[in-house]
Amino acid sequence: MMIKGNINSFESMGLVDGPGVRFVVFLQGCPLRCAYCHNPEMWNAGEEKITLTPRELVDKIKRYRIYFKNHGGVTMSGGEPLMQEKFVTEVFRLCKKEGIHTCLDTSGYGEASDELLKYTDLVLLDVKELDPEKYEGLVAQKIDKFYKFVEKCQKKRKKLWIRQVILPNYNDNKESVLKLKAFVDTLKYVEKVELLPYHNMAEKKYASLGIKYRLAGLPSMDEKKCKSLEKYLR
Amino acid sequence: MSEAWSGFKGNKWKKEIDVSDFILSNYKEYKGTDAFLVGASEKTKKVWQKCEQLLVKERKTGLLDVETKAVSGINNFAPGYIDQPNEVIFGLQTDKPLKRIVNLYGGTRTAKKALDAYGKHLDPTLEKHFLEFRKTHNDGVFDAYTPEIRRARSAGLLTGLPDAYGRGRIIGDYRRVALYGIDRLIEQKQSDWLKMDVSSEENIRHREEVAEQIKALEEVKKMAAGYGFDISLPATNAREAFQWLYFGYLASVKENNGAAMSLGRTSTFLDIFIERDLKNGALTEEEAQELVDQFVIKLRLVRHLRTPDYDEIFAGDPTWVTESIGGMADEKKSLVTKNSFRFLHTLSNLNPSPEPNLTVLWSEKLPANFKKFCAKVSIETDAIQYEGDDVMRPIYGNDYAIACCVSAMKVGKQMQFFGARCNLAKSLLYSLNGGVDELSGKLVVEGLSKNTEKVLTFEKVWQNYKKTLEKVAKTYVDAMNVIHYMHDKYAYEREQMALHDTDVERLMAFGVAGFSVATDSLSAIKYAKVEPVRNADGLIVDFKTTGDFPKFGNDDDRVDKLGVDLVKFFFSCLKKHKCYRGAKHTLSLLTITSNVMYGKKTGATPDGRHQGEPFAPGANPMHERDLTGALASLNSVAKIPYKNCCQDGISNTFSIVPDALGHSEKERIENLVSILDGYFMQNAQHLNVNVLNRELLIDAMNNPWKYPNLTIRVSGYAVNFNRLSRAHQEEVIARTFHERR
Repeated sequence: MMIKGNINSFESMGLVDGPGVRFVVFLQGCPLRCAYCHNPEMWNAGEEKITLTPRELVDKIKRYRIYFKNHGGVTMSGGEPLMQEKFVTEVFRLCKKEGIHTCLDTSGYGEASDELLKYTDLVLLDVKELDPEKYEGLVAQKIDKFYKFVEKCQKKRKKLWIRQVILPNYNDNKESVLKLKAFVDTLKYVEKVELLPYHNMAEKKYASLGIKYRLAGLPSMDEKKCKSLEKYLR
Repeated sequence: MSEAWSGFKGNKWKKEIDVSDFILSNYKEYKGTDAFLVGASEKTKKVWQKCEQLLVKERKTGLLDVETKAVSGINNFAPGYIDQPNEVIFGLQTDKPLKRIVNLYGGTRTAKKALDAYGKHLDPTLEKHFLEFRKTHNDGVFDAYTPEIRRARSAGLLTGLPDAYGRGRIIGDYRRVALYGIDRLIEQKQSDWLKMDVSSEENIRHREEVAEQIKALEEVKKMAAGYGFDISLPATNAREAFQWLYFGYLASVKENNGAAMSLGRTSTFLDIFIERDLKNGALTEEEAQELVDQFVIKLRLVRHLRTPDYDEIFAGDPTWVTESIGGMADEKKSLVTKNSFRFLHTLSNLNPSPEPNLTVLWSEKLPANFKKFCAKVSIETDAIQYEGDDVMRPIYGNDYAIACCVSAMKVGKQMQFFGARCNLAKSLLYSLNGGVDELSGKLVVEGLSKNTEKVLTFEKVWQNYKKTLEKVAKTYVDAMNVIHYMHDKYAYEREQMALHDTDVERLMAFGVAGFSVATDSLSAIKYAKVEPVRNADGLIVDFKTTGDFPKFGNDDDRVDKLGVDLVKFFFSCLKKHKCYRGAKHTLSLLTITSNVMYGKKTGATPDGRHQGEPFAPGANPMHERDLTGALASLNSVAKIPYKNCCQDGISNTFSIVPDALGHSEKERIENLVSILDGYFMQNAQHLNVNVLNRELLIDAMNNPWKYPNLTIRVSGYAVNFNRLSRAHQEEVIARTFHERR
């Protein structure tokens, strides 16, 4: 039987999740429970949303090819796309057949087959936290799987964009960014490091879902300050 | 001529009036970057500063001054200046900047209403004589309107009809004044006039009109002489070219008060004169930019006397001095010149402004540097609109321009009979209520039957809707024919038509409003369960819609096709009825800002829209219904057929917060270029681009003084956000903003 993807939603104009203009697919289901998650409606893997076969999805993606030019493409995000690894693999395989650039937006928490990475052009790796204890506190899972995923990407020479969400009074400081840099320096094939300012716009979503928001009251990260931290990455 | 034309190539344009041939024979395409651009000159700064002070004053009172001792006309006002020693381009509508003209030819009632609103009074003798001896366009229209038209008009089924003021949307080829001088233009008209016979009513009228055109040209010459310029001969340098061309335009806004008084396509034409002067060492880049800046200042000061409710509908005081920039000459070569850059650069040199309405004719094949520059200016100022050259050029050739927001026409060869719009959503409700208005309970469209179903079925609704549209189309064409017959008779645009070929092609531009509401309503009826709610009189006043249905704006063919079928069908209905003077039917999906007013006048609709809620503007999907992101929404709109159907334009407004456009400035520019390329490569026609924050708009709404120049684009037009009514501001904010998630 043909595998089907459980998709939460689409963003036909993704301009900040990978290079160029991207069709972003938000997959349903995530094993992490990040304190600052802005898509909590995508946590529950059991909740059926939009179900499509890989072919159906790729046909949809192809409608946007005209905007991709030579650097845009598709980004599989979520949720955690690795939770639907087989589906993503098939979608990427079909995309590569069509000459569409593929990008995997992941926390690195999950198994990635050789085949998936074969069809993946770029990995957007969300580095939640590097300290094992803090990692567990922030995302409610252990860090081991993350390191395993990074190792596999290195072995397969996958291009990486490293990203980290910056939260006020948490990691918006020199030490923390330098720590990220030290980690990045151990890696090969890193094309870009992005610091993403935390925003509190998801707070309303939590209320409507009846989930307690762990960061209630935390203001959005000052964008200028976030930008200024980039100097420690150089 | 030899001196004025020295150095210019080509022959055809010398023998006959053919500005396009002159441009193609002489323009120099520019593929470089914006690095050559310079800032505003000291003189420009001084002049603009004076204007800004006046503009602030005007904003406070709504009207700075009005001339009450004379009526509109080319030569009825003494010369006026802003700051004479620092001006390099001269001419104002009246003797003082921002002092408005009273135009009574369109209709005395509207003009008097506008004067009353500002506590002004027409000179009693003038008023007495005008009212006693002169019949107006408005009087004529109401002598001929049928009861059907009057009912449709007062119910808001047909709205915004130009029956009480100037119709506008006519673009004189003002370039002709600069290239040929007035005398040569008169000579041509005289020779045409001599050849015209008087064998029919049509021919007699035409011959009389051409005689009027000649008189108008003489008046333009006199008007220019008042400023110390002899424009009987061609312009001999760039400064004169700007000045001559501007006099041509100025005469048109002295004589007419049309809703849209657009400029045409002048920047590349003027660049030819600049290039010649630069080459001869007669002009510097600073002086060239100064000419453009000061010309644009003049265009920004154009005003018409309007009633406050007109301003409310159109959200401010628009004049639609639309200037079309760029476009392609053919498949390979663009019409982009350095002057295309200079015109856009006025938005930096003089601050962003809605006027002139700068419109870039976009093609994927435009020079990459120009595309990037446009994107950069868009991101910085929000003050550019884009229109698809590749979809228009095959129809209009490479010398067309946009009138108003989206209406293309060949410059000097085609004119338009502007026709406002018909309410498609209301028409749908009439098809259910047997032609009875859902708000007033009055019968508006006769001969329709009521829908009595408990749950609406698509086939039945669609059949009745088609029948309704057939009837509405007939009434609509009738109204337009009456209006334009009377406008030609009582308020003929002598000077603008003098700057057209004598044998002009006429377009009659019909329009629709409520497109996405009607489309989604049809989709709801087809794919969900829609139960009409009837009042005690059996009138359907609301709907209970259960279940989900595909909505326009998600690139979903199931619903998008319903919308396409709808406009195609309505256009076919219009075409069944002949237009006055053999005009060719065209259709637009454009509401400017009147989508708010249309919504107010329309009851609840099956798509879940409540009574009185605004429609989406133009061809836009309804607010918050495009759930797949902006490109899906663009793809849906791109499906609406332009060629042979909506050839008067398909307006689409796109707002995005800067952060969503990319992380860095470079990314933002590249991404915006990709979006514009992708959209227009699908044969889309129009896109407004707003790059701004929702938070910023909310703040601007509450603290308008903080953002004196906040310009945003709304359906084909850039407006100053602060001049929008609160309802408009809220509507703009509620409209889907494409934010990052």
